[in-house]
Amino acid sequence: MISGLPVISIAIWLPIIFGILVLSTGDDRNAPLARILALVGALLGFLVTIPLYTGFVRDTSEMQFVELHDWIARFNIHYHLGVDGISVLFILLTAFFTPIVVLAGWQAIEKRVAQYMASFLIMSGIMIGVFAALDAVLFYVFWEAMLIPMFLIIGVWGGQNRVYAAVKFFLYTLLGSLLMLVALIYLYNQSGSSFAILDFHRVALPMTAQILIFVAFFFAFAVKVPMFPVHTWLPDAHVEAPTGGSVILAAIMLKVGAYGFIRFSMPIVPDASHQLAGVMVALSLIAVVYIGLVALTQTDMKKLVAYSSISHMGFVTLGLFIFNAYGMEGALMQMISHGFVSGALFLCIGVLYDRMHSRNIADYGGVANSMPVFAAFFMLFAMANSGLPGTSGFVGEFMVILGAVKANFWYAFAAATTLIFGAAYTLWMYKRVIFGAVANTHVAELTDLNLREKVIFVILALTVLGMGLYPLPFTEIMHTSVNDLLVHMARSKLPL
Amino acid sequence: MDLMTYLMPAGAEIFLLLMACGILIVDLLIRQRGGMLTYMLVQLCLFGCALVTVGTHESGVTYAFNEMFVDDLMSDVLKLLTYLAVGMMLVYSRRYLAVRGLFNGEFMVLALFAMLGMMVMISANHFLTLYLGLELLSLSLYAMVALQRDSAVATEAAMKYFILGALASGLLLYGMSMLYGATGSLHLGTVSSAILSGKANQTLLVFGLVFVVSGLAFKLGAVPFHMWVPDVYHGAPTAMTMLIGSAPKLAAFAFVSRILVEGLQPLVQHWSGMLVILAIASMAIGNITAIAQTNIKRMLAYSTIAHMGFMLLGLLSGGIEGYGSAMFYAVIYVLMSLGAFGMIMLLSREGFEADTLNDFKGLSQRSPWLAFLMLLLMFSMAGVPPTVGFYAKFSVLNAVVQSGNIWLAVTAVLFSLIGAFYYLRIVKLMYFDAPESRAPIIFAQDTVLLISVNGLGMLLLGLLPGALMSVCAVSVQQSLLLH
Repeated sequence: MISGLPVISIAIWLPIIFGILVLSTGDDRNAPLARILALVGALLGFLVTIPLYTGFVRDTSEMQFVELHDWIARFNIHYHLGVDGISVLFILLTAFFTPIVVLAGWQAIEKRVAQYMASFLIMSGIMIGVFAALDAVLFYVFWEAMLIPMFLIIGVWGGQNRVYAAVKFFLYTLLGSLLMLVALIYLYNQSGSSFAILDFHRVALPMTAQILIFVAFFFAFAVKVPMFPVHTWLPDAHVEAPTGGSVILAAIMLKVGAYGFIRFSMPIVPDASHQLAGVMVALSLIAVVYIGLVALTQTDMKKLVAYSSISHMGFVTLGLFIFNAYGMEGALMQMISHGFVSGALFLCIGVLYDRMHSRNIADYGGVANSMPVFAAFFMLFAMANSGLPGTSGFVGEFMVILGAVKANFWYAFAAATTLIFGAAYTLWMYKRVIFGAVANTHVAELTDLNLREKVIFVILALTVLGMGLYPLPFTEIMHTSVNDLLVHMARSKLPL
Repeated sequence: MDLMTYLMPAGAEIFLLLMACGILIVDLLIRQRGGMLTYMLVQLCLFGCALVTVGTHESGVTYAFNEMFVDDLMSDVLKLLTYLAVGMMLVYSRRYLAVRGLFNGEFMVLALFAMLGMMVMISANHFLTLYLGLELLSLSLYAMVALQRDSAVATEAAMKYFILGALASGLLLYGMSMLYGATGSLHLGTVSSAILSGKANQTLLVFGLVFVVSGLAFKLGAVPFHMWVPDVYHGAPTAMTMLIGSAPKLAAFAFVSRILVEGLQPLVQHWSGMLVILAIASMAIGNITAIAQTNIKRMLAYSTIAHMGFMLLGLLSGGIEGYGSAMFYAVIYVLMSLGAFGMIMLLSREGFEADTLNDFKGLSQRSPWLAFLMLLLMFSMAGVPPTVGFYAKFSVLNAVVQSGNIWLAVTAVLFSLIGAFYYLRIVKLMYFDAPESRAPIIFAQDTVLLISVNGLGMLLLGLLPGALMSVCAVSVQQSLLLH
């Protein structure tokens, strides 16, 4: 560990400062400078998070790299940051994706380049803040601040129906967050005037209060996950967002919701979580099965992957609410893997879209003939999305199913159908787009990946394979934290 | 006691009165181009007022004029903020009014008299002083709205404002007379102790209270007494709208809290119920109706109504948390509305008002910087962190939850969600739509500097809101709760 340096603060503020610098390059005459500055900022942003992994002490669930300063003394609010085995992985994931997103928009974004790049850098810092905040108000500030750049990203650089999607995205998520705010203020008053999340973990609460708090949190987090039935903003947002926006949405932002369940709902109101676990499992299974079927019928590639994300996130919430170590670690693995895989799939679609300006499956066919290298990468990611053993997609799904068997056989049975549906919708799409005869002259004229795209895909492919073949570096880091969380949740918090 | 010490608590008011009369004469006698000399004198006078206020500040509470007038920490803080708001208003409106031929001595002197009215309201400790301040403020504002004599809309707005304002004053006076009948005094402290003694006629008191609260609601623009707000905001020249929509809200906060908290605290269970209804109705009607507006001044009028409803939530929650949060909310609201109206004036030019929503279309392409500032202002009004509007809402919600009314907090956040929609629409128009006109935005350097400070202030205060929050809490504690 680099002693004394506020590593997390640097990881949060470095991208934001670079974002402001990029913004100050002004209009599109300086676009090349903006791009390079953004890439430098994103890479530096990733480098500074590496000490979080290398310096992380594995055998404790205590918060590490803690920074604690007074912020708003009147309400006992602190600038309080720290990571445990659960959040550290998401911080790395966020920082990892920022350079990729910058590279993905390198050529595709031609108007307002500086603003685009800056939005993503600022987003990156804010999202790291969400994962690292240990003070509820600080968390809330980061949580809400996330909305502003994302709103602009979808609305300014999105597709046809972007305004509708941006407003829907904003209002949906704001509804959830505002209810959470009331719950947080209530907890502040119950916990003896403290906004520290770890203090919330210790507050005794009667059942009615627990259930109301759970519901308030549910609105905030379920919208972000998104869980059935509040998932309808996601396909719209994904379809209309530019490629980079889709990648960040799928890879990071959806994780924020599940992270909220782990950090807030489950440890703060464990009794209500147990009480309502049945509902949560049911909603998760509906997402897995029903949304899987919905994905099968999509004609738009992006929409298909968006529905596939909802289905995969159903797996995550299922893993969380069966309350055992396999389930929870499986859920975490699934979240990380899904980050890589869905990010990669959106990038693949972005590659096609940049060339053909269409996301319709019907417009494609026989792409393998003109883009063989691309087809190979796309194949790998499609396989990972359907959970093929040896890819990262398999590890998480397998662990969750294993955990589900322990809890209830039928949960596992229903969840396992995803292996079939997932394979069906992903591979069927793959077949229609990549194989077969060359559909039209546009497809025949496609050019294969350029160096920049190859670099992105090689990195992602290595990660997906590496995580699938050797998941230990990921599981060992989360192990202690997950176990302690489960122990904590097993204790009732009802007042005696 | 010698005269100077006796008059000390009202030092700033006396200074302002003398200066305003002096400026009026100077403006008449000295021929000048474009009112610049008067303008500089007025700004100097505001600065002088600030010096006097700080200079005459004494810890604790001091009285003047037989305890009809009070000087405490809250009054000093609110007065300083009032000078700031009026000064900012003058900077923002200078070019706007000059182009329309309205930037003359009358306007500025009326603004000073309006400010004097606000200061008297802020420092009043007696129903008559309160009324005096209120009328001085209102009469100056009526005249200012009507200043643009050849504009039918402005004249109509002034007429409406005057008639409804007079009605509200009537209600207020009627209520005061009943309180006087029941308690035998108009002094806030004496009224309070008379009610506490239990000898006052309860029916008469509550009856009077209803009228007083109605009058206050009229002045605040709370539903169902809000009808004048959209018409006046819309019809008045934007500079006057800015004056009506900013500093007087500080005075109104002082006015309402002095009457209800200092004078009528023993009747709290009666008036807090009334405020609940006013607050919810204001948030509901304000936020929902604002969605349907196409004129941004009208939209901001409804937004004011909703914001006042939110501020009332703080007041009715009681305690240092409640009053402190209401004061913080009022201060933040004033800063936000100054910025928003300032932006409207900045975008307007000769013969063009920039007051419809469509005028904001594509602003981010015409001027990315102004669009960004407006974005900060709008998100602040919507209460989205990291802007300071969030902390205003946060502290009020905290007070509401602490007083045990969780359902009220949930109602409030649901209405803020509805409110977020129309603020978001402005952002949408600025960033997602193509501009309707490409006319260059002509602005003066000082205005742009001020609006930059104002807009970025939303963000900076949002990152470090602690100091201002504490100032509000301490001044409320040392004033309202000490009497």
